[in-house]
Amino acid sequence: MSESGTPPSPEHVLDLLQTMCLIREFEEAAGTALAAGHVRGSVHQYTGQEAIATGVCCHLNLSDYVSSHHRGHGHAIAKGVSPSRMMCELFGRQGGTSNGKGGSMHIADFSQGMLGANGVVPDGVTMAVGAAHAIKMQARSEIVVAFFGDGAMNRGPLFEAFNWAKLFDLPVLFVCEDNGYSVTLRTRDVTGGPPAVERVAAFGIPVSHVNGNDVLAVQQAAGDLIARLRSGGGPQFLHASTYRWYGHLAHDKGFYRDALEVEKARQDDCLLNAARWLTQHGTEVERIECVREAARQQIALAVETALKAPFPEVATAFTDVQDIGSPVWPG
Amino acid sequence: MARMTYAQAGCMALRQEMERDARVWALGEDVGPEGGVAGQYLGLQQHFGAARIVDTPISESMIVSAAIGSALLGMRPVAELRYADFALCAADEIINQAAKIRYMLDGQVRVPLVIRQPLGMRWGMAAQHSQSNENLWIGTPGLVVVAPATPADNHGLLKAAIRADDPVVFMEHKELWLETGDVDESAEPIEIGKALVRKVGTDISLLSWSKTANTCLVAAEQLALQGISAEVIDLRTLWPWDRDTVFKSIQKTQRILIAHESTRVGGFGGELLADIAEAFWGQLKARPLRIGSPRIPVPYSKPLEDICRVSPEIIASAAAVLCNPPPLSSVVKMSS
Repeated sequence: MSESGTPPSPEHVLDLLQTMCLIREFEEAAGTALAAGHVRGSVHQYTGQEAIATGVCCHLNLSDYVSSHHRGHGHAIAKGVSPSRMMCELFGRQGGTSNGKGGSMHIADFSQGMLGANGVVPDGVTMAVGAAHAIKMQARSEIVVAFFGDGAMNRGPLFEAFNWAKLFDLPVLFVCEDNGYSVTLRTRDVTGGPPAVERVAAFGIPVSHVNGNDVLAVQQAAGDLIARLRSGGGPQFLHASTYRWYGHLAHDKGFYRDALEVEKARQDDCLLNAARWLTQHGTEVERIECVREAARQQIALAVETALKAPFPEVATAFTDVQDIGSPVWPG
Repeated sequence: MARMTYAQAGCMALRQEMERDARVWALGEDVGPEGGVAGQYLGLQQHFGAARIVDTPISESMIVSAAIGSALLGMRPVAELRYADFALCAADEIINQAAKIRYMLDGQVRVPLVIRQPLGMRWGMAAQHSQSNENLWIGTPGLVVVAPATPADNHGLLKAAIRADDPVVFMEHKELWLETGDVDESAEPIEIGKALVRKVGTDISLLSWSKTANTCLVAAEQLALQGISAEVIDLRTLWPWDRDTVFKSIQKTQRILIAHESTRVGGFGGELLADIAEAFWGQLKARPLRIGSPRIPVPYSKPLEDICRVSPEIIASAAAVLCNPPPLSSVVKMSS
């Protein structure tokens, strides 16, 4: 954990860069594996948004919790879930976080406080508020961070969640990752009135805005909010502007977007921004390249592990459905 | 043993389980000072405090989500949804989350959760407050579905539901709240998945659940006057349903009639009869029969609503025909 308010050290920023590189490499490998037929369904790549998960989760302890959404790989990695186990899950293999029963949208690891990605917007958020309610009832000191996109801002249950968190004064940080798109539509084109995020203030929840492509800015803003949260300040809201480099999911080529818009966003790359800061603060380019290379190697190893891992036994399709009235494997 | 209402029996069960286990909490609209829509929470907030009996906003999605989220962190919530009709506002959270989380996460976590959602008609509450949607939950893998018909079963089954590690959809009946019965306050939980033979008989098996199981008992009395001995089975748990008890009864009577308040089309009776037909092909003395409400929204006005009610008379007359089929000659005469 870093102390908020103190200037970051290059060593700490290198750590942040390492996490961001891991996420970037993971998503590139996931896209490649999907194209090669190793990954089924699809994947929602987090590429371009890495600074947000990284800058927020660096403040969390193992015993804190995060919940995520369909674009959830970054949050899992930033919270400490093993990329190798995640890759096994994407490949549908034994050793995956759910041994192949969940896939990309259901990656969770309770041993790391990762409550789960989620296939339904905004259910990860509403359940995170429930988890925060439990923490309060249990008189514990942990916090919950709920990540969601700007698209979620037009879903009714999210407003139930804001009201609930405020009403019961729960230790939850809402993080809206605003990449501008609700699947293929611009969120602003499907939002009536002012930008959706302006609605949050009406709930009495403090809102902070941050450039989500600047990991140091995210880290600073999240640090302040989390400090308030830990000192009993009630629910907080972080609005982070960013951009989704790829389509809604890997199969989506994003033809509805202007090529210039994408190019401009890619130039505001959170990894490059962090690397630039590091060189400006005396870090050798070689060290930065070392971090990148280490991430590449770690993810290459994860892919190798996933390829070698056996598929699950078919009988496991019948396990962990329910205790009472458990289905019987007919084989 | 004490005489009490169905609502009081549910209230006692929750009180006992909350005293037994500090992880149990209940949340929903008007469960505090108001004591719930039928008094099934009366006095509990006063006893356990507002942090464990939690009055909530009209936010069904959040009621179920808060329950699930707390269950993920070790609590044992009882989510009150007032009416089964309103549970549809949280159908996503129940079906997509509560029912599947354990499976999708390969058993990393369980979701011990009771979702109380009273079903059925309530004397003229009309189409949005009268539904019997149990089939929706029965068709969802991961859920256990319970529908008690008596105060004693409401007590024993609610205790069992709270102790279960599965998400349990607990469907009390809106017209049973004031029904009275004897309840053993010290009774152990009733095992989920076990039907109850409410009346032993030899000529025909009447299979039902919830309020209609009580209706079947009345029908059985009417049948007895005609010299027909009906066995009445109250399923009590809809999923998993008690195949052993049901099949044993049919083996004995070789006649089966299923009655329920939900629509005949798409009702759970169809699924049960399909299984029974597969198992008893060629072994029944009469065609298997199911009775349910017509496939119309439940109307308001009494003579219209009554069309949706499966009465003792309807059940008894259908059962009598199965037991005493008209002679073939009369059938031929009628159709000619």
